[in-house]
This record gives sequence, C-alpha cells and structure tokens, in this order.
Amino acid sequence: MSKTVSFITENFGKYDPYSIDSYLSIGGFTAIKNALAMSSNDIIEIAKKAVVKGRGGAAYDTGRKWSQAASVPGDNKVVICNADEGEPCTFKDRNVIENDPFRLLEGMVIAGYTVGAQNGYIYLREEYRHLRSLIQNAIDQCMEKGYVGDNIMGSDFSFHIHLYSGAGAYVCGEGSTLIESIEGKSGRPRIKPPFIKECGLFLLPTLVNNVETLAIAAAVLQHGVDEYIKYGTPESPGTKIISLAGNVKNPGAYEIPFGLTLREIIYDIGGGIPDGHNLLLFQLGGASGKIGPASIIDTPYTYADLAKQGLVVGSGGVLVVDDRTRVIDFVKSIQDFFIHESCGKCTPCREGNRQIAKIIDRFVAGNPKPDDLNTAERFANIMSNCAFCGLGETAQSALLTAIKHFPQEFDLEEVAVK
Amino acid sequence: MNMVNLKIDNINVTVPDGTTILEAAKKVNVNIPHLCYHPDQAVKANCRVCVVDVAGSKKLAPACSSYVYEGMEVQTNTKKVRDMQKGILELILANHDQDCLKCLRSGNCELQALCQRFNISKTNLDETIEALPLDNTNPSLVRDTAKCIKCDRCVEACQKVQEVHALTHSHRSVHYNVAPAYEMPLEQTFCVLCGQCSAVCPVGAIVEKDDTAMVWDAIQDPKKHVIVQVAPAVRVALGDMFNLPKGSIVTGQMVAALRRLGFDKIFDTNFTADLTIMEEGNELIQRLTKGGTLPMITSCSPGWINFIEGRYDHLLDHLSSCKSPQQMFGALSKSYYADITGIDPKDIYTVSIMPCTAKKFEAKRPEMKTNGVQEVDAVLTTRELGRMIQSAGIDFVGLEEDQFDNPFGIGTGAGAIFGATGGVMEAALRTAYEVITGKELPALEFKGVRGLEGIKECTVDIDGLELKVAVAHGLGNAKKLLKQIDSGESPYAFIEVMACPGGCIGGGGQPIKSTMDVKAKRIDAIYHIDEDLPLRKSHENPAVKELYEKFLGAPLGHKSHELLHTHYHSRGMKYNFKELMNK
Repeated sequence: MSKTVSFITENFGKYDPYSIDSYLSIGGFTAIKNALAMSSNDIIEIAKKAVVKGRGGAAYDTGRKWSQAASVPGDNKVVICNADEGEPCTFKDRNVIENDPFRLLEGMVIAGYTVGAQNGYIYLREEYRHLRSLIQNAIDQCMEKGYVGDNIMGSDFSFHIHLYSGAGAYVCGEGSTLIESIEGKSGRPRIKPPFIKECGLFLLPTLVNNVETLAIAAAVLQHGVDEYIKYGTPESPGTKIISLAGNVKNPGAYEIPFGLTLREIIYDIGGGIPDGHNLLLFQLGGASGKIGPASIIDTPYTYADLAKQGLVVGSGGVLVVDDRTRVIDFVKSIQDFFIHESCGKCTPCREGNRQIAKIIDRFVAGNPKPDDLNTAERFANIMSNCAFCGLGETAQSALLTAIKHFPQEFDLEEVAVK
Repeated sequence: MNMVNLKIDNINVTVPDGTTILEAAKKVNVNIPHLCYHPDQAVKANCRVCVVDVAGSKKLAPACSSYVYEGMEVQTNTKKVRDMQKGILELILANHDQDCLKCLRSGNCELQALCQRFNISKTNLDETIEALPLDNTNPSLVRDTAKCIKCDRCVEACQKVQEVHALTHSHRSVHYNVAPAYEMPLEQTFCVLCGQCSAVCPVGAIVEKDDTAMVWDAIQDPKKHVIVQVAPAVRVALGDMFNLPKGSIVTGQMVAALRRLGFDKIFDTNFTADLTIMEEGNELIQRLTKGGTLPMITSCSPGWINFIEGRYDHLLDHLSSCKSPQQMFGALSKSYYADITGIDPKDIYTVSIMPCTAKKFEAKRPEMKTNGVQEVDAVLTTRELGRMIQSAGIDFVGLEEDQFDNPFGIGTGAGAIFGATGGVMEAALRTAYEVITGKELPALEFKGVRGLEGIKECTVDIDGLELKVAVAHGLGNAKKLLKQIDSGESPYAFIEVMACPGGCIGGGGQPIKSTMDVKAKRIDAIYHIDEDLPLRKSHENPAVKELYEKFLGAPLGHKSHELLHTHYHSRGMKYNFKELMNK
C-alpha cells in the first residue's frame, strides 16, 4: 500500500465532513484565501504549470480551459462541477465528496473567481442522492461563514453554489447534456457550436470541471504547485485518484503518482488476482475505455505511455478481469451498458448499438454468421467516426480493442467449437 | 460580411462566414447527402448522413453543422466518406419498414433517393423493426413509426414553428421514438392536424390519410352526383406534382384533369371565399359599429380553429362565426345547389380539393351538416389529387385548359388571394372599405399585410376610422397575438390567422418539398392571379350578388346564419374521433 500517495486525498479521514469547524481546524479555506490574494491570470498560470488534464475522462488541460473561460466576455458566467460520475468502474469522485466536501467547494469558488463566474452548480448523479444532504450541509455552512455567497472572506467576489441532480442517465456526464438536464430537458447532447464555454447553462458562458479536477485545484492553491508536481513524471506530473475494481483482492479508490506501472497498481496496490486466477485483461477509463491484454501489464500509468499502447486514462477506472470471464462475455456486458445508456438521438449510436448488440449476442451464443465480425467492426468504426457525442464515439472501444488483442475469441471456427 | 475561402473536393469556394459546409457545397454543385437537414429548420445533425472529411480532423464532420473557416479543405467523396455515409444509410434502412412499393411517399422519399444514389443492396444487418402501433385513428394524418428515421424534422415543425408541442420524443437508445407524450395517438393530444409534420417528413412516417379510394368509388357510383370544389392555394402548387416550375399557375389544366377524372361539376372555392368576405366583412362592421368582441379573428383555417379550441378556448368569442369557405361551399351544395338542380341533397357527393390536412377533420365536425347530410363528403389534399391524376394516366402538362362550371365558378381576385398569408385580411379590407364608406378604394393593394414576415400589422384609414389590423401565419406567431389579447394589450380590431407558415399555399397537404422559397413563388403566383382578374373585390362578384338576391337575402341574414355560420367548442385534449366517425 505504500505506493499510494496523499495529496488530493490528504484530508480524507482527518476531519468530520459534516462540520465546517472541523474543516477549519485542519487549515481549511487556506486555498480560497490564497486564491483571493492572486489575480485570475496568476491562478491560470499555476493551473497550467500543474498540467491537470480534465479528470472526467476527456483529459482537456485545465489551465487552458480556465484561460479560455476567463477570456470569454460576459459579466454573468457559470461554473459547473460535474459530479455525474456515470462511468462504470469509477467511484473516485464519490470518495472525494464523501470524505472532503469542503475542499470541493473551495475548488469551485477558486474556479469561479478565476473565470469571473457568479454561480456554481454541482450536478450530482442521481444515484448519489444519499450524498445530497452532506453537500447541501457543506454549502449551507460555507454560506453562513462567508466562504460561499456574497463577498467571500470580505472580498469583492461573490459566488453562489447550487446543488442539482438529474434523472440518472450516463450521457448526462457529457457537458452539454448535463446542461440540458439542469435546464429541465431530457438528457441529450447539444449541437456545437455554440460551444458551452460561450453559450452553456441558461445560454451563459459556462465552465464544466470534474470533481477531482476541482479538488486538485484547491489542493494546489493550498500547498503550492511545486508540492503537486513533485509527484509523477515530467510528462504526466502529479497524482491521480484511480478506481480499482474487478477481480482484485483490494478494490477501492487510491491516489497514485503518475508513473506507477499497471502491474504495481494491480498487484501491489490491488493485492493481485484472488483465488490464484490469472489476469486476462484490464479496461482503463470505464466502460467507454479501451482494453489491454495481460502482456502489456508493465506499461507505466502515464498519459503518454498508455497512449502508446492505445489506452487512455479516461476517468481513472482500472477494471481487472481474470481468466474466469470469456472476452466475449465481457464485451457483451459493456454492450449491454451502452444499449441501455445511448440517448437514441443520432443514427450511428442508436442503430449501431442495436445491430452490434445482436451480433455480439450471436458470438456469445456461439453461432455467429460468416460476416458478423466484419459487420461489427465496420459499424463500430462508423460509430467512432460519426456519432454525435462522446458516448457513441467510444461505445465500441471495448469491442474494437477486444478484436485487436483477442482475435481468436472472434474466430468463427473457434467460437463454434466452444 | 466576412468572406471565407475554402476548398470542397479541390474546388475553390468563397462564402460568407457562418456558412455550413453543406450550404457551401451547394454553391459549387456538390449535393452532400442529408436527411435531418431542412433548409427552413434549425440544424439538428442527428442523422449523420452528411459526414465529410475535413483535412486535419481525426473524426468525420457533419456537413450540416460544421461551419467553414479560412483555408478549410473538405472532401465529400473519398472512399472513407462514402463507406461511412453508406453505412449510416444501411443502419437507417435496417430499422425502416421497407414496404416502399406500397408507400405513399414512394418516388418522393428522401431515404429512397439516397439508397438509390448509394446503390444500397442487401446487407446482413438485422431488419427486425421495433415500432409503435400504427396511429391512424384521426381523419387527417397517419403516423407509422415503423418508417420513422428519427430525423426530428416533424418535432421541429410541431414545437418550434407551430408551438403545438404534440410531437416529442419518448424513451432512449433503441427504444427512442418520435411520438406524442406517453405515446398517445394524435387524437388524444393537442395536435391540431395542420399536417406541417407530414410536409417536412423525409419519408412516409407521417402522411395524409388517403381518401382517394372513396372518391373513386363515389365517381363510379351512378346514383351519386359528384361535385368538386378547389381551394385557391391548390392551383399554384399542383404543378409541383408534375415537375412544372415552382409557382406555376395550372388552373385550366387542373379543371380539365378534374373533368377527365369524372366529376360531374367542377367549382371554385374562390366563389365561397368571396362569400366569406361578404359575411365576415359585415360581421366585422357590425362588431365595430354595434359593439362585439374585438379583435375579431378569422376562422377559415381549421388547424387554427383546432388550436384555439384546444389551448385558448377562453378566447373563442373573438373568432368570426363564419364557416370556412370549404364549409360554406358544402352548405350551399346541399341546399341552394340541390334546389336549383332538383337533386336530392342525399345524392349529392361534395368533394373538396384542399392544401390542408385539417380540412379533412373540419368536414367531419358534427355541426357541419345541412339538410340532414354532411356538407362536405370527402376532402382530398393537393397531394392526393395529384396522385389521382397520375393514377388515371392523365398527361397533365399537355392538357388543354378548361373552365370552372356555374353557378359556383366565378371568383374574384379577393377570393384568389385567400391562399396566401394576409390574403383574407386584404380581401376583407377591400370590401369593408367600400361598404363602410360607399366610396371606391383608391388603391386595391394592402402591401402591409403581404409577405412572409411572421406577424404583419398595418393601420387602415377608412374615411377617418382608423382600423388597426394584424396578420399571423404559423401558430407560433398566432400564439403571440393571443397572448397580447390575454394581457389586454391587443391594439387590433381585426386579426387574420392561418395555421400554416405562408398561409394555405404552405398547407400541410401541399406537394412535398414546400420550402419557404417555394412558398414565396406560390404567393407571387397568387397575387398574379389576382392582378389578372377583371373583378378583384368580393362584393362585386356577380354570382355572389345573385346568390344573395335569389337565396340568402342579405349578409348576416337568417339564412346566412343557418347555413354559413357556426359556433366553436372547447375541446381539451381529446377530439373523440370515434364518436365522430360513427355518426
């Protein structure tokens, strides 16, 4: 367990998340105080130096995003904290909220101050409704003590935070869909342009950041960027909270420095595969992520090294699958998820999933048609090239990488024998 | 305006900033395939058929929603692009009921045309169709979700243009459907049956209810005297069905074709349009001079009537009590016409050719009865008439022109312009002015109420009496004027509302591909007809004068009230067609 670190998660277990006084006693709100003493540009420079790639999964550079959001003209802007965390095998945001809600609020206030926003919205996934009272309590206490609301800590800066939940759809984790959901519409992505940074929630310039991203911002503002980038590698500095799950002995959310290998993550932190089974594959970044075979387990967990193997950090999910599961059954479980979660708006995603699901079912049953593999691959590629939003683009990542790494599992004759 | 230079398929193009790739490609004669894109609607980008390759971008870009930039290089016809476009078409087709040969839209279906263009053949996709039951329980429209390609054009027409909000989406993923809330049939919604959805549907998922078979049967029935009336907007649109230039005036050929089809008499709804003006104009004068609910609002458009009866039923007093020209004709056909010809009203079969799907419902309203029989027996849309002519093998374009029959064959220019937005208003003003002042109008044209602007208003000086009037087309625009009335801020004495954008020439029953450009051409044609007519004021129509002398007496007289006026009902969300159909 010594391979984990404690920077973003440093407050976990150190204070009572229901008590602002308890948070203050461990040095809470230093980050806001430090931020308010700086200019927006200073904070953007710090964010750029920290190289925090968006932790929701899209990995867009936070400093750049903030810089763009700050330069969009408008005296009424919005910051949204994306706490939808719908990606299967991802629960690190929940961990942050449960253990350190005040730091998250600090991150939002800092983001709001940096980009010039007056209102913040936390979009909490509906399945996390048990956390509503915890968050609302934190907001209320911050309002009372002047860390949220008008003239924060006696400054000219005012920022209000609102808590929202949708109806429970995976696609609402996508920025524009999330906005539609807050506006009371059904969860379907918006057409771009206009981009949400210019015309987002209620047509206002909008910045959307993930929970972990905002928590890092607060931690960095509290301790200084050097304390953060001393972790990790030069290309991928800092730390990341991963959600380790599946066939490992010790599943859970762990903060790691970038650069550990997948082997270290799965075996040293996760305790390895239970019951003496062997590693079959792992999927990184949730259901929309790509899968890798056991043979590349020594790949370091950094943006660049994973990209070389065709993998992504994504949401930070690390799903471990051992040899008790057939590859095709695993692919089916992913397909089942997307057939449930596609919003249905665009043809490639709606119809592509419909068709590919039927083909996967035939593989599962051991009776694929001669052209099925080609058809599935062809339409999976159409989905990733032509779908309306990220959901459709990435829904077939697992299938396509499974075909690449485990071709024998899709071999007609072998499938028929099984 | 900033101009942008780009290359499409290696051809240099210069277009204004803010142009989409799809529109820019049109400029250089490249027609990028598309299904959800519609020139009159907002960009939706959900069908994805229009994807193209933009240099420097990993993914393909939808041409309908991607804007050009300086130096952009677009390829629309590479192997990758074609494969992807074709694949998307195959996906759509696999969940589309392919009964093309039996479909009303065969030959006029955008999906069919694209499949032909891409040479789509048998694929090994699963073609099990997941659809809702067929919705064919209302008299106007048939919805078949087995053919729906979820392009959203109908939803856009229903929500954004008409603001009726009958059509929306249900469910998600493979269960995603375009349907009324709770997937109810249209008859149990606020649907006004305007048919604008059917006019923009690229396939056969929403079509007019086809009543041609029953008209063929009536024509063949020797016991029936079958007469037909043709609405003013049909003669400037029917030519579309025969590939004539948009906005062609085909009155003569149309009458000739109707005669060949076997109708016993062919009459002109322009005649009863003139009659409507006599009644409605006098009603307005009466409300202005003797007191009555103002503003008075026209009542010719049945989609509009369905709308106000459904959503604004507290404002029904504002409606003119006049029946529409279609129903005035129907009422006269079963009374005056029966009298002068000596034919039993029961044996007269009255057919209307209308640009409108809501007219089918209007004809079935229980109160639309005269002498114990339904005033109008069958309503065909322009599209249905076109199909009947095609079905009879008539070479429409080569027909020698024919003329309407008497006594309902004479219409003035005022009746003709009923087909365009602002037309009823202008016709009414022409008559009201002369009736009130007793003087001849100095200038016939009221340009302020013409054109395609959503809401038009003007003030007319009638010998010192300032009359403020407004015209709205499209129910979204009508709603704005109703809200004004609601808040007590309506400055108008008289309002014309037509449910469909552009007026009846843009009706839900008009030939497919009635874009705003086409509508503008039809409107030009309508005013052209008006200018060419010797008589351009309703009160000068000699046949109308004769009708009052011999039969009706005076406008708003006892007989008029009995035959030509009606009353309106609050309807809530249900039409209760079953009850209507059984009557």
